[in-house]
Amino acid sequence: MNDRRAIADRLRTEAPVPRTSSEHPLGQLTLVRIREFIREPEALFWALFFPVLLSAGLGVAFRNRPSEVLKIATSTPPLADALRNERLLDVQQLSGSDAERALQTGQIALLAEATPDGTVVYRYDETNPEGRAARMLADDAVQRAGGRADPVRAADRLMREPGSRYIDFLIPGLVGMGIMGNSVWLLGFAITDARRRKLMKRIVATPMPRPYYLLSFLLFRMMLLVVEVGVPVSFGVLVFGVPLRGSLLILSGLCVLGSLAFSALGLLVASRARTIEAVSGLANLVMVPMWIVSGVFFSAQRFPDAVQPVIKALPLTALIDALRANMLQGAGVAQIARESGTLGVWLVVCFALALKVFRWR
Amino acid sequence: MHAPPVAALRVRNLRKSYKDVTAVDGLDLEVRTSECFGLLGPNGAGKTTTIEICEGLTQPDSGEVEVLGLRWSSDAGRLRQRLGIQLQDTQLSEKLTVLETVRLFRSFFHQGPDASTVIGQVQLDEKQHARVGALSGGQKQRLALACALVGDPDLLFLDEPTTGLDPQARRQLWDLIDQFKLAGKSIILTTHYMDEAQRLCERVAIIDHGRVIALGTPRELIASIGVRHLVEFTGHAAGELDVSTVQRIDGVRDVHSENGTVRLQVTELHRAVPALLEELGRQGVALTELRTHSATLEDVFVALTGRHLRDE
Repeated sequence: MNDRRAIADRLRTEAPVPRTSSEHPLGQLTLVRIREFIREPEALFWALFFPVLLSAGLGVAFRNRPSEVLKIATSTPPLADALRNERLLDVQQLSGSDAERALQTGQIALLAEATPDGTVVYRYDETNPEGRAARMLADDAVQRAGGRADPVRAADRLMREPGSRYIDFLIPGLVGMGIMGNSVWLLGFAITDARRRKLMKRIVATPMPRPYYLLSFLLFRMMLLVVEVGVPVSFGVLVFGVPLRGSLLILSGLCVLGSLAFSALGLLVASRARTIEAVSGLANLVMVPMWIVSGVFFSAQRFPDAVQPVIKALPLTALIDALRANMLQGAGVAQIARESGTLGVWLVVCFALALKVFRWR
Repeated sequence: MHAPPVAALRVRNLRKSYKDVTAVDGLDLEVRTSECFGLLGPNGAGKTTTIEICEGLTQPDSGEVEVLGLRWSSDAGRLRQRLGIQLQDTQLSEKLTVLETVRLFRSFFHQGPDASTVIGQVQLDEKQHARVGALSGGQKQRLALACALVGDPDLLFLDEPTTGLDPQARRQLWDLIDQFKLAGKSIILTTHYMDEAQRLCERVAIIDHGRVIALGTPRELIASIGVRHLVEFTGHAAGELDVSTVQRIDGVRDVHSENGTVRLQVTELHRAVPALLEELGRQGVALTELRTHSATLEDVFVALTGRHLRDE
């Protein structure tokens, strides 16, 4: 019995070790989040590099080219000379049958032919904007070559300012989409996986305070946010000259608010799911509609007026609208109050609901 | 050292039903301090439900549970600090290392040995920087044990600690559990391996259909069925054996014939076996197999229920 006591006492007096912050349960749980994330290379790719690749790809595809040059053709040599005076037309001189084929296969937008009586005939598809534009440009060139004088003098001033291009529209959309996707997937997957492995039940069986478990996800989200917003925004600013007209403090605040609101949504999505399939289905059900209607790639204004109030109430619409207003128009707190309020409501409602129905095992 | 004379665990008239199944049906238990107590029973007997109620993870429908003299309703926080828990098939995070996992669990407890000490105790020193995903089944189970020990618990719950392990890994885990018994800790373990209960436990409760059907030391339980040995044989024409003549052999208690295999319960092996061989010779049964073994907890279970522990 004395032996037993001796061993028991030895085991008992082995510690206590003084606690550093890394020994704190919240510190340890957050470290686990970081480790699990960086040890999953796919997660890193989707969260950080994919938005950069996407914005690079779309930025190049939709870059503002020196104005569109329209391809047209003619079979009449003098007509070709007259048309070549117009810079925006690329004029080819083709024989009758070649010209016919080029028009039918869409290689040229318009075919101009002079008839023996002096009439110029334009052949084009009037439902095609390129065809109509070519018609106007070609006729203009022909009439001027024929000696027409314009009664009113006109001058052009060209708009190619940063802030009004597609890439400027796109970057805030991608940032918003990234915040939503990363928040919902991170919480959805990590929580469901822990539940599926019965790891959550095991952790709940320890004296760990339960709020720490959820808090560790939020802390990790805040760390990830710096990179997940910083990378695409810096990329846009440095490579495409996307403007940052609003206060950076407001921009950061918006990203934090958005991240919290979507984390709450992720928590709700994961609150009862027991399998990865279930949580994936639910997450897609929640997110795919917002990808489409919330104005990530094109303006949400394109949807009918009747559904606009619904679209405006969605958290992704609110976040993207506010990000665009901040970055492109330099909006202050007052101008994004409605969007911030919408995000706040989503945050509170989802979080309260998630805690109420959360399955801790 | 504080050693109040309270039982490690006291359970009275515990009941728990799920939709259409009664998992625990009026169960009583008392586990003494510093004892290793086994809950033995087949799958679905209610062992895990019982242990999870005691661990504060499942809410009972009715009944009283007192753990280390404390109750879940009023002392959950204090109680959690003093319990070591290993659940059935928890998969720890595969991307963390052994050391990171144990440090995480250590951080939840106010006191206890530091992580590397516990890793040494479960003999995973060499694996402490290995990812959990790279461990063998036995190593994972020892890691789960380490996570149960980091808080220097007064009471350890082990739910089927060796299920699915190969014999060598099982023996290694038994040796570890022996060490903690030496440290004077109370242990409650569930198992459906009778040899495990016999090897580790001072006392055993045999559970069936959510109720304790027998309680005592393994030795007492085996003695209670009044049978010391079992003899089992098969042979050509064993099926046509006249069982009644075997029944009359001195020292044979019970004869059971099934699919050509005959089982006898025997009190005195040295007298029964020669007489049996003589009788078989007389009846012209050619033996193909003859086995004898001392009665085990498995036989106790069979004697009490007519079923085997591992019948599905």
